[in-house]
Amino acid sequence: MQSFDLETEGLRALNKTLHAQAETTNQTVWEITNPKGSHAIAVGLDAPIEVNVKGSTGYYCAGMNKQATVHIHGSAGPGTGENMMSGKIIIEGDASQYLGATAHGGLIVVKGNASSRCGISMKGVNIVVQGNIGHMSAFMGQSGNLVVLGDAGDALGDSCYEARFFVRGAVKSLGADCEKKEMRPEHIEFLKDILAEAGMEAKPEEFTRYGSARNLYNFDVDNAGAY
Amino acid sequence: MKDHDARGIPHTTPRQSATFSQDVNSDIRRAAATGIYDIRGGGAKRKVPHFDDLLFMGASISRYPLEGYREACNTAVTLGTRHAENPIELDIPITIAGMSFGALSGPAKEALGRGANAAGTSTTTGDGGMTPEERGHSSKLVYQYLPSRYGMNPDDLRKADAIEIVVGQGAKPGGGGMLLGQKISDRVAEMRNLPKGIDQRSACRHPDWTGPDDLEIKILELREITGWKVPIYVKVAGARPYFDTTLAVKAGADVVVLDGMQGGTAATQDVFIEHVGQPTLACIRPAVQALQDLDMHREVQLVISGGIRSGADVAKAMALGADAVAIGTAALIALGDNDPKWEAEYNALGTTAGAYDDWHEGQDPAGITTQDPELMKRFDPIEGGRRLKNYLKVMTLEAQTIARACGKNDMRNLEPEDLVALTMEAAAMAQVPLAGTSWWPGKDSM
Repeated sequence: MQSFDLETEGLRALNKTLHAQAETTNQTVWEITNPKGSHAIAVGLDAPIEVNVKGSTGYYCAGMNKQATVHIHGSAGPGTGENMMSGKIIIEGDASQYLGATAHGGLIVVKGNASSRCGISMKGVNIVVQGNIGHMSAFMGQSGNLVVLGDAGDALGDSCYEARFFVRGAVKSLGADCEKKEMRPEHIEFLKDILAEAGMEAKPEEFTRYGSARNLYNFDVDNAGAY
Repeated sequence: MKDHDARGIPHTTPRQSATFSQDVNSDIRRAAATGIYDIRGGGAKRKVPHFDDLLFMGASISRYPLEGYREACNTAVTLGTRHAENPIELDIPITIAGMSFGALSGPAKEALGRGANAAGTSTTTGDGGMTPEERGHSSKLVYQYLPSRYGMNPDDLRKADAIEIVVGQGAKPGGGGMLLGQKISDRVAEMRNLPKGIDQRSACRHPDWTGPDDLEIKILELREITGWKVPIYVKVAGARPYFDTTLAVKAGADVVVLDGMQGGTAATQDVFIEHVGQPTLACIRPAVQALQDLDMHREVQLVISGGIRSGADVAKAMALGADAVAIGTAALIALGDNDPKWEAEYNALGTTAGAYDDWHEGQDPAGITTQDPELMKRFDPIEGGRRLKNYLKVMTLEAQTIARACGKNDMRNLEPEDLVALTMEAAAMAQVPLAGTSWWPGKDSM
């Protein structure tokens, strides 16, 4: 395992070192010590490596990630995993706002709660949150899945497109053009798989699915108030 | 019409209201018929104080001119010298502004790249991501980082020669956008991760940051992802130019792009375009003042856009302190947008050449602002690129002509002292004397 002390070696050296890891690197496991809430840790990675961050992170940890697994052994700041393309992010603590914003792919797992705007404009990522999520989550969500084992705050899925939301607990309110949907066998299957991949125990049958009512898909003056 | 009534009393001349003009009345009738605001492309059409209201004084006994065909006048500028390892070196101070694939056809984007290349300048992506044609045909390509993040990915980000974080657009400071379903072809839909044929709403605000402190961290992230190699521009609308420029510089921008209200958009509400934002002319001096107050003028470059049409406009913007300008609408016209040769078809769409602005509907007779394969065939990207190159060359020659007449061997040596204003408004905005005086409104309070 490679160890990297962020406090003594600095952010530029860290990201430069991680970017230098090629597809075939044999230095596959990294440990970052003393993150101390620093911003932009392990951003823009593009190699099948595992990065363990030993503490809490600031803004945009693992931003635009491809292939890598970034494991945050603490809580994560705003915009963690923004625009992620593939790979995996595991957050042992809580996640701040805009988790996985505009992310295209991969899996984000939060063991604690996620704050407001979780999965905003998500474009294909899967996000699994063991606790609760805050208000305006998955605003304008385009595709991908947001799975919540706890409760969701106000205005879930506002103005969403084809993203799907599965919530086990209560939803305080649904946003514009978001509605409750039928749980079909394929949704149960999907949940079974994603929960297993996220390492979480929950019965798929206990979840409710939400998604776009598709009333805002083509402009209609009678819906003008909803925009 | 008789000039008197049956009793022999003369009619008064029918009088149109200045307040309720025919234009206004047609807007009211349209609103009453549809129940929805008017959406259109382009920038502000209202008359506002502009570069036309400024004049250069030229040389005289106290200042001698440079020989037009003998003495050099540099037009090259380098953008992004503050932090980037690889700043952008341009042969001319005129760049092509961001316009999206989606709003424009693929061949139109290709033509912009071809024209910009041939003239030695950069072009810019838009709210729809980077296409391979555009990357392939643009030797210097600025990648826009927008609130919607349509088509955004780290691979394209690393292919960019510069990154432009778009905070605002002159046509609609504080507004998002909507690409109507009829322009969403399979390819546009795929690039934006959305179903085909549905309206695509573009957010007005970035999803993962708000405010100047966040912006500083966002810039740090983008620099870390791209290894501090390429310049990072911040584009703001002409709203609060002094503060926006100050905050962009504080957040770490290499270049500030400032777009006044005459700057175009692919589609937004007419009321937004005409009533929100400040004229380009009013924005330049406050932005330059902000840079000077921070001791960053020329260190952070300023690019001005919104209604740049000629070499005279380029020279005037630069005399007021800009390092370069960007053109969008003018570039489209050079490609053939609103050409009178399509007049019959413009008429069929209820408009006329020069006034066509329903770019969002995808029925552009010139085949530029469309995704319709048949209409797109009307536009030849090689010919379009050649026309754009010609236009850029003419603008550059015009700007040089003026600069030499003012005795400058570099475009950036033009200065406010070379200018006078024709109107009180322009004098106040540009902070140059009203012609024939040594005074402008507000001068004594400065």
